[in-house]
Amino acid sequence: MAKEECITQCIKTGDTSTLRNRKTFPASEKTFQTPSPPVSKDKNCQTAGLKPEDDTQSSNGTSAQFLARGTLSSEPQSRALLMLVVGLSLSTRLYKLTEPPHVCWDETHFGKMGSYYINRTFFFDVHPPLGKMLIGLAGYMTGYDGTFPFIKPGDKYEHHNYWGMRGFCAVLGSFLPVFAYLIVLELSQSHTAALITATLLIFDTGCITISQYILLDPILMFFIMAAVLSMVKFNQQSYRPFSASWWLWLVLTGVNLAGALGVKFVGLFVILLVGLNTVWDLWRLLGDLSLSLVDIAKHFLARVVGLILLPLFLYVTVFAIHFVVLNKSGPGDGFFSSAFQSRLIGNNLHNASMPEYLAYGSTITVKNLRIAGGYLHSHWHLYPEGVGARQQQVTAYLHKDYNNLWLVHRQNNNESQSGTPDLVRHGDIIRLEHKETSRNLHSHLHEAPLTKKHFQVTGYGINGTGDANDLWQVEVCGGQKGDLVKVLRSKVRFLHRATGCVLYSSGKTLPKWGWEQVEVTCSPYLKETPSSQWNIEDHINPKLPNISLSVLKPHFLEILLESHIVMIRGNSGLKPKDNEMNSKPWHWPINYQGLRFSGVNETEYRVYLLGNPVLWWMNLASLGLYLIMVAVASVALQRGFPLSQRRIEHSHVLKRGGGLLLLGWLLHYAPFYSMGRVLYYHHYFPAMLFNSMLTGITLDILLKSADLLFRPPYSDWLQRAGQMVLLFTGLYSFYLFHPLSYGMTGPLAHEPGSAMAGLKWMDSWEF
Amino acid sequence: MLQLPLVVTAQVDLVLLLVSLLALWTRLSQLSYPNAVVFDEVYYGQFVSLYMKRVFFIDDSGPPLGHMILALGAYLGGFDGNFVWNRIGAEYPSSVSVWSLRLLPAVCGALCVPLVYLLTLELKFSHLSALGAALLLLLENSLIVQSRFMLLESVLIFFVLLAFFSYLRFHNTPNSSWSRYSWLLLCGASCAAAVGVKYMGVFSYLLLLGLASLHTWSLIGDRTVSHLSVCIQCVCKFVCLLVVPVLLYVFWFYVHLNLLNHSGPHDQLMSSAFQASLQGGLSRITQGQPLEVAYGSQVTLRSSASQPIPCWLHSHKANYPIRYEDGRGSSHQQQVTCYPFKDVNNWWIVKDPGRQKLVVGSPPRPVRHGDVIQLVHGMTSRFLNSVVCFSHDVAAPMSPHAQEVSGYIDFNVSMPAQNLWRVDISNREAESEVWKTILSEVRLVHVNTSAVLKLSGVSLSDWGFRQLEVIAEKLFKGHSSSLGWTVEEHRYGTSQEQKEREAELHSPTHIDVDRKISFWAKFFELQWKMLTVKQEDSEHKYSSSPLEWITMETNIAYWLHSSTNAQIHLIGNPVSWGVANVSLLAYQLLAVIYLARRRRGFRDLPDAVWCQFVCLGCVCVGGWLVNFVPFLLMEKTLFLYHYLPALCYLYLLSPALLEHTHTHLLSSVKHRRALCVCMSAVLLSVFLSYRTFCPLTYGSPELSANQLQGLKWRDTWDILYRRR
Repeated sequence: MAKEECITQCIKTGDTSTLRNRKTFPASEKTFQTPSPPVSKDKNCQTAGLKPEDDTQSSNGTSAQFLARGTLSSEPQSRALLMLVVGLSLSTRLYKLTEPPHVCWDETHFGKMGSYYINRTFFFDVHPPLGKMLIGLAGYMTGYDGTFPFIKPGDKYEHHNYWGMRGFCAVLGSFLPVFAYLIVLELSQSHTAALITATLLIFDTGCITISQYILLDPILMFFIMAAVLSMVKFNQQSYRPFSASWWLWLVLTGVNLAGALGVKFVGLFVILLVGLNTVWDLWRLLGDLSLSLVDIAKHFLARVVGLILLPLFLYVTVFAIHFVVLNKSGPGDGFFSSAFQSRLIGNNLHNASMPEYLAYGSTITVKNLRIAGGYLHSHWHLYPEGVGARQQQVTAYLHKDYNNLWLVHRQNNNESQSGTPDLVRHGDIIRLEHKETSRNLHSHLHEAPLTKKHFQVTGYGINGTGDANDLWQVEVCGGQKGDLVKVLRSKVRFLHRATGCVLYSSGKTLPKWGWEQVEVTCSPYLKETPSSQWNIEDHINPKLPNISLSVLKPHFLEILLESHIVMIRGNSGLKPKDNEMNSKPWHWPINYQGLRFSGVNETEYRVYLLGNPVLWWMNLASLGLYLIMVAVASVALQRGFPLSQRRIEHSHVLKRGGGLLLLGWLLHYAPFYSMGRVLYYHHYFPAMLFNSMLTGITLDILLKSADLLFRPPYSDWLQRAGQMVLLFTGLYSFYLFHPLSYGMTGPLAHEPGSAMAGLKWMDSWEF
Repeated sequence: MLQLPLVVTAQVDLVLLLVSLLALWTRLSQLSYPNAVVFDEVYYGQFVSLYMKRVFFIDDSGPPLGHMILALGAYLGGFDGNFVWNRIGAEYPSSVSVWSLRLLPAVCGALCVPLVYLLTLELKFSHLSALGAALLLLLENSLIVQSRFMLLESVLIFFVLLAFFSYLRFHNTPNSSWSRYSWLLLCGASCAAAVGVKYMGVFSYLLLLGLASLHTWSLIGDRTVSHLSVCIQCVCKFVCLLVVPVLLYVFWFYVHLNLLNHSGPHDQLMSSAFQASLQGGLSRITQGQPLEVAYGSQVTLRSSASQPIPCWLHSHKANYPIRYEDGRGSSHQQQVTCYPFKDVNNWWIVKDPGRQKLVVGSPPRPVRHGDVIQLVHGMTSRFLNSVVCFSHDVAAPMSPHAQEVSGYIDFNVSMPAQNLWRVDISNREAESEVWKTILSEVRLVHVNTSAVLKLSGVSLSDWGFRQLEVIAEKLFKGHSSSLGWTVEEHRYGTSQEQKEREAELHSPTHIDVDRKISFWAKFFELQWKMLTVKQEDSEHKYSSSPLEWITMETNIAYWLHSSTNAQIHLIGNPVSWGVANVSLLAYQLLAVIYLARRRRGFRDLPDAVWCQFVCLGCVCVGGWLVNFVPFLLMEKTLFLYHYLPALCYLYLLSPALLEHTHTHLLSSVKHRRALCVCMSAVLLSVFLSYRTFCPLTYGSPELSANQLQGLKWRDTWDILYRRR
């Protein structure tokens, strides 16, 4: 049913597209009348110069014929098409939404974080908060109470209300084909191109799968596409600046940019795209001599407000809400500085009271001052053979743990038994004993495990008796001899007496033997960096009076800055592990390997994230095709070949619209090559959206250029036939691959009797 | 017929000549002082020595041309490669001709000065500007230091400047003459050379290509030129600027690989086939082996993975412990490991499961892709086995997710032998269906479980003598080098009895068959290895971040005399450095103003002058950008000398920009005069600061501690004092 409808629509739209073209280029006849170049005496050239005249006449004729009917029918017709796209998109995304009824893949993270918002518990994540806030909100509105623990993929939801969160993501994901349709329609003024794009996206199994689960990607892509759509619409409004709709699209662009960035930092790429477009736009305005400088300044300011200040404000607001909502201590505390933690209810630093100055005999935790630097930590495990001396490991650890506790001793072990303990002063020589294992913090001239130029730091000695290498000199940064060490406030360095190096946390993650905690070394370079500075966070000494330290609360901007640095650190800390097969950017466009969302073996319900290979390979091919076509078109224009009006229009669409989309694709794809962090297949999806839109434009123009090869009636037939083939390819390949998204059970693809038998075209696919 | 009078008319640009002579003098005087290893000479020197001995090596820092140029100098000076480059400051013995080692970089460095002069002329600025640029380069202490030692920056700068000069010369020569294409050819060649010296040259090359394509684009738009002519010119440019450089680049590797034909310290990183093509090392062992592996062949199997270290499939008379440390049980069968040293226990015999014999029949029956074989350990006669119990797999010792691999001992328990392996030749498209020594990369697939023999890369505990663990793992995923095995040593087994066979295994292999891999295979392998080999990221005392270079926050101590305070530092001329930065800013400011005003319809400059201004920006500011910005994204250890190529572009920019200011911005005579006076003052101070830093540039005369203290113009500079 739907199929047939769509076909008839396609046939009709072929005509309307030419109509819309007329509208945008009213002064077409003049430009065409350029005389053929005087130099070209070639016979072919002259015939080429003659031929287009026939073409334009005929096309003029047809357009004149359709003009009356077109203006009447185009609006309802295009509305019907739009409704069709919306309907198909929603139905493919919402179908079997609640299957499988267990946690799939990254739902374990983002579902959990949604729950944290409902429980108001503070956590740490490498992405900005908006996406998870929206998930939390969607869950809250649909009656999810935040009690499901989301421990690991495969956990059954049972009575918990998870469909609300999935549905929210799916609805946002359903907007993607619609937005793509509208963007292409706006850029190419051709319903066929827009329909091709919509087909590519609606019937792409990858797009469907990624939209159906509690993930950030549908939300992110929603904002990205919305931003691009508003930008394109805004460009369209340039003939009536400062009108209401002009402002509307400008503001919408800004809002969506903030949204995109608020979900993931990948949003930066679309900001870059909009930024470049805006710069280009302003440059165009500057060249418009009919505008006064005051007008240009107005344009400039409007964009600054709409595209910089407004998004910035919204973005900061999102964070403000984030901090206000999450006011309880939770699993993410240790990533943040002591000052930050003091805001969180339930944290031991919240309204903390402890002895103000560091004293001998106290039990303390020591935190590195590098942002997202951990607590000085040790545990019973030894350094493995071949890594320095085989003594107890000392690391930095981001979580709170009893192994972070250290005792402060004098160098000569005799504690003053009676009375108030002595305070530690700048320049004092101390010994730090690990409370749990009673080994001393120790360093010696062995090289550190990762930072080879530094010295190894170990735990040494038994019951606090060690050797001269256990002595450290305390220095308060910027202090003088005799200054006291303030808990939480003073920046302290620990200088090793014997070698003169300074206790340092390099920020590098140790391999498995070190439990992937952070390396601690003793650095011979005495530069003052936060890596070599520490503060005393917990301070327990029953012999000293506790003093309230509530004055510590940090400023909002400080929190904002700190949480960003922690996020960036966290992001770059997600290094690929050696023994895992990790996805490379070049894998993505060729659909080399997907992601398992759920299930591995035969008995399980399996969902596999993989783009519809037919459509993806078509996308890839049209990318090459686009480059060739645009090169040919530009050379022809530059060389001044006489071209028919229709072709000039086509090459403008290719160059402007296509160029914008190509830029979008590049911006969302190329940067991944330079990223050191671990990459996944789903990172390609924003770029894939741009690629699909480009495919729509390219293939549409390619089909419309069929008259280069054939005479009119045949060329029209060819064009129709091409459109049909495209549509059927999309539908049929979707029919073939739909079990990937909607789930499959039974034998794997390489065995007979599987739903996917014969479809495992690449060995690297895992279904 | 000789025509008389015989007249030779020569025009000599005396200024150019003078500048060149001065450049040679500043770069070449006292070249062999200090007679000790200076800074990175310790690094490049090793490679020069290896070239002299023709020993193969891999250096991931850059393509081979740079090293070869240094080696050429050494070769001309008669250096025999017998010097241990182990520490900075080590004295050269009298047998080493230091002068010739340092000559070529110094000459290249000196030639940069006249090149800059000519380049300024090609940018259509006056001789006075050209002189200014040449002087700035001449009096730049850091360039002098970098040129005077066995280092590559000066060579890189020379080739980059030569490329730009020849391209502009080509572009400026009128269309008619064909000789201008020789300039284009020279441009292509010097691009190839620049890229061949250091990878950084790629960015300059790309800039040049960009400039050339812009020019080509406007040529295409020029409708007064016929189609044919446009086509020809495009093709010529394509050949000279793309085809020639690529071919030349490959040629450097060709020479490199032909020169280095002896095995050496880095052999292990390369594939067996590559190693076998080098004299000595592996080829000495494999020389004369039969090519095709047959039933009854005695082989050693090397893992294709070079991580963590190259090793061979190994077994020995020791069993897996009954219980591991973590409490899991094992099969208690003979250990199979991967062993990184040559050993008689690395020998395995390929056996046909259907027959009992362990000798090669005549004619030998080669093993093909898909055949099922058994592997018998030569010394212990155990079958390579991987066990699956009825209820549970026996897991590998260190990787519990995978199956254990063992040499099968029949303990008469319910653990049947499962010792059939299918030969899966993964590069059969490139090679052949037949299992070949060295060339074929083979996966051994366990027939019962379809698990693949794999090197896990983990070391075993003490009971396994800390050798590497070998496992059998079921595969879901595609290619990985830890799955492949190649036959390295190979011979046809002849002995029937075990004792005889043991004696045979101990004896070396020998029969003669010559075996080579093609140059292209070697080239691609070497290039790939050079780009992917990761060296330990090391912190260095004098390393710096790119943003510090602009203000010259850091210096590098190159050399300190072993007993006195005489020392050499990489410190730029602070005055010229400042001039360069100012002109960079000024150009950008001017460009923005001009662009905005042109956009608003004010034609401040005539078109010709505007073109000249734009071209200047493309070459100089563009050159600075492409030689600076990439460093911001790099994660490796960086040094101040990486900034020198970028700096040269700025020195090119400064005088040209001044001339532009003088002729087009200042209208009144008074202002112009003032500018001239300023200029002279600046030049004078450039000269004075050059003089001031000369002792640190040439390492002589020795300065006292106080004088050195006086030279420490910035607090962050690290100048060394010797305590007396």
